[in-house]
Amino acid sequence: MSRITGDPILDVQDLAMRFPVKKGLFGRTVGHVHAVDGVSFTIQQGETLGLVGESGCGKTTLGRSVARILEPTSGQIVYRGRDGAATDLATLGRRQLRPFQRDIRVVFQDPFSSLNPRMTLLQIVGDPLRAHGIAAGGELEDRVAEMLTRVGLSPKYMRRYPHAFSGGERQRVNIARALIVHPRLVIADEPVSALDVSVRAQILNLLWDLQDEFDLTYLFISHDLSVVESICDRVAVMYLGRIAELAQTAELYARPRHPYTEALLSAVPVPDPRLRDGDRRIRIADDLPDPADPPPGCRFHSRCRYAEPGTCDVPGSEPALGAVGPEHLAACHLTDRLTLQSPFDAPRSR
Amino acid sequence: MPPPNERDPLLEISGLRTHFSTREGTVKAVDGASLTVPRATTVCVVGESGCGKSVTARSVLGLIDHPGKIVAGEIRWHRTDREPLDLAALSPTGPELRSIRGREIAMVFQEPMASLSPMYTVGDQLMEAIRLHKEVTKDEARSMALDLLRRVGIPRPEQRFGAYSFQLSGGMCQRIMIAIALACDPALLIADEPTTALDVTTQARIIDLLRDIQAETGMSMLFITHDLGVVAEIADEVVVMYLGTVVERGGVDEIFHDAKHPYTKALLGSIPRMGAGTRQRLTTIRGNVPHPSDRPSGCPFHPRCGDAVPGLCDVEEPPEVVFGPARSARCVLHAMERSVR
Repeated sequence: MSRITGDPILDVQDLAMRFPVKKGLFGRTVGHVHAVDGVSFTIQQGETLGLVGESGCGKTTLGRSVARILEPTSGQIVYRGRDGAATDLATLGRRQLRPFQRDIRVVFQDPFSSLNPRMTLLQIVGDPLRAHGIAAGGELEDRVAEMLTRVGLSPKYMRRYPHAFSGGERQRVNIARALIVHPRLVIADEPVSALDVSVRAQILNLLWDLQDEFDLTYLFISHDLSVVESICDRVAVMYLGRIAELAQTAELYARPRHPYTEALLSAVPVPDPRLRDGDRRIRIADDLPDPADPPPGCRFHSRCRYAEPGTCDVPGSEPALGAVGPEHLAACHLTDRLTLQSPFDAPRSR
Repeated sequence: MPPPNERDPLLEISGLRTHFSTREGTVKAVDGASLTVPRATTVCVVGESGCGKSVTARSVLGLIDHPGKIVAGEIRWHRTDREPLDLAALSPTGPELRSIRGREIAMVFQEPMASLSPMYTVGDQLMEAIRLHKEVTKDEARSMALDLLRRVGIPRPEQRFGAYSFQLSGGMCQRIMIAIALACDPALLIADEPTTALDVTTQARIIDLLRDIQAETGMSMLFITHDLGVVAEIADEVVVMYLGTVVERGGVDEIFHDAKHPYTKALLGSIPRMGAGTRQRLTTIRGNVPHPSDRPSGCPFHPRCGDAVPGLCDVEEPPEVVFGPARSARCVLHAMERSVR
């Protein structure tokens, strides 16, 4: 695909984000939740990298750390700018971050709570322009009008407040606000999860068009594997703060190499009653272990149906994310011995 | 097999209209919806937000919030060996409906965390449901509650009995909610988006659980969801709603493989399917779901419909075209087809 140039735009190395757990009258720190625990990946210029996992796996925290809404505990976030200069965003202070906040923007999940109800669309979408000192007055208005038109909203609604708009329209406002300063990397955190089916397709199509038009790179965070398949070039599967598997989308869906990916894929309901059958599905326990105290050894072993005592649960021997194929990484001790099923395996109909 | 409608119905909703009168005008949340739930069958009601699916379900149990009111229609509840009862005519706060609610018809809500009280242990809440409807001692209720917890797949029920909702995961809370709903062996379980707030892995297990319980007890389910994948997994019959009306009804296979109404077809076209590959453009439905307070004239779907006939769809209420037992669609296109034949 010509859209992807092959130059990394973002190189994340060993990123960790810990939140202290406080207890008692004096708020003593009694432990840490390792929301993101040693994650490394790169994003190429122009690609869409998907980030999937169950709630509590750290995907949102990872996205927020990359956007530097949060300050990561350790690790590197190397961003390559327009001029090719590499900067580690992880350690920059507020003031130094300013220019990069123009290049890296976030589209949030909930279109109802992420827009200020007391601001008009003009103020909401125009705010980044003013904040970065790019435009003001009439020019700002023109730019906002142009952006609103681009995302499919009529500029004549510019002076209305968010409550007058539906969920899909608000998400368009959200996207307009993110794109008004012409960013290069957009972190989309569950951008379509709160939307109705018919509107979801509109927003996904819009995200594709905008990517082509503005040469955008997306980090697309979602729990919905069918949405991720339709939009992402590569997918990273996260479990309890770590990447379990990372591969090209088609490869990951057709040949999963981590038991967790296999289980996630098989749990997705297939919208065809003729494919309904009990044997295809793999069931894993629905209790996510406490992220403050992940299981020893492979952190997935407590829910894994292939786990071998003595191999997978040895404290200190956590499987590393290693190459299992061309551009295919998985973190599993047993991956070479397992034959995992894919939802596309034939035959599936009754 | 006899056609489903004659195969004794358990719940029959006909011409239900539930309106909310607000200062800005009347919001017709449900406007003439009819559907039937036969015994031992799962009926899924699908539709996008604002289509009135939840209000329909809540109307059955008289759980409409102020200022909502059932203004017309019947909800016939067929009990064994007794005359059918019109639930719509009962007072929402009266003793009759209260004795049915939770006992003959139980309900599971969308947000398991918000539906359980954080002030009481889940065991207490479960025992309350049992003791409200059954004459049992505390100890008997406790052992029944533990059995129920075991039945819904909660590991170590003795320990979880004393837990509070905030100490449990979303999936566990939903299992507790299901246990409470099952406490009195209901004939009908109304599940309003029971898996929407859950992860896919948990969702799959909750759907399995509901299916197993149904196979075991023979209860009926009225399952409200917007997720067509879930519908394909669990439904026997499907009711598609749009802006307060039922636009299409049919068996699950008929809906997915032989959809009649343009809205149903468009909905099915707009879901991304796994295996379709990356960057396949999705077909969309133009525009947004209109607010129920300004519903379009004629067919409510006509402004977004690709097949709408000007001068007809925007003027005339579409007729209900019946294709067979429990199989119908409200669309003029099929009515025209019929008359040509």
